[in-house]
Amino acid sequence: MTALLRTPATAVWVVLITATAVSWTLGTQHGTHDHKLASVIILLIAFIKVRLVGMYFMELREAPNVLRGLFEAYCLIVCTLLLGVFLFG
Amino acid sequence: MQSTTTQPSPLLAATKTKRIPGEEGVWIFILGDISVFAVFFTYYLVQRGKHVELFDLAQATLNKNFGAVNTVFLLISSLFVVLAVRAMRAAERIAAQRLIVGAFFCGVAFIIVKTFEYSERIAAKQIPTTNGFYLLYFVLTGLHLFHLIIGLGVLTTLFFLARRTGLSKHQWAFFEGGACFWHMVDLLWLVLFPLIFLVR
Repeated sequence: MTALLRTPATAVWVVLITATAVSWTLGTQHGTHDHKLASVIILLIAFIKVRLVGMYFMELREAPNVLRGLFEAYCLIVCTLLLGVFLFG
Repeated sequence: MQSTTTQPSPLLAATKTKRIPGEEGVWIFILGDISVFAVFFTYYLVQRGKHVELFDLAQATLNKNFGAVNTVFLLISSLFVVLAVRAMRAAERIAAQRLIVGAFFCGVAFIIVKTFEYSERIAAKQIPTTNGFYLLYFVLTGLHLFHLIIGLGVLTTLFFLARRTGLSKHQWAFFEGGACFWHMVDLLWLVLFPLIFLVR
């Protein structure tokens, strides 16, 4: 089993769990801090996580450029779109 | 762990060359599905922009801990599925079966937590007809739950594939494609949870 764990995907998993904890902390803070900035960071973290799942869990980093490119474009476009609507919508 | 006679697929062994995980059809489906969800994500924020105060008040009634715990369950299940694919490639079919069962139970745990979450909302009379926020909350999380239940069916199929020896090229592709489907269920929740529970 330990041999199975020796993959970059395991390190990525630790990053994903840590990022979830950071987002949760940012999203549950009370007080006078800037919700809007916290939300922008939360959305950015979400799409970094999505990209990591795609690249390392779905193995798209080893996929042909077209497929990998479509997925990377998805992350970039949807993240930008959501941030745009959130901030200026 | 028991080594078996399952031969790693030649396709899978050749990790240095670029290749499509699963098969093309799976990716048309996954890219199409996540694009439909992208429309829903955007629609949610457009509606929120029109009713900021209502959405923020309603969002505050949600139990963020349920959402966070479910994120952890799905991340654990995704890691199990990654390791199950690796186990299959190493011809460790027993390990692969155990990992798939682990992923399956994480999915079941997600449903149990979701049941508690929905019960809380319904008990507080916060239902889809209450206002636009709860409508979107139930529709989006419900659609995701529907995908997750299909994913449990996919994991069941992967479990039975992991019990077989000498998978065909098509069966290997199904195994990898099924694994990617489960990661998609995880991926969608990685956006839905922050979007609906945290962004304000």
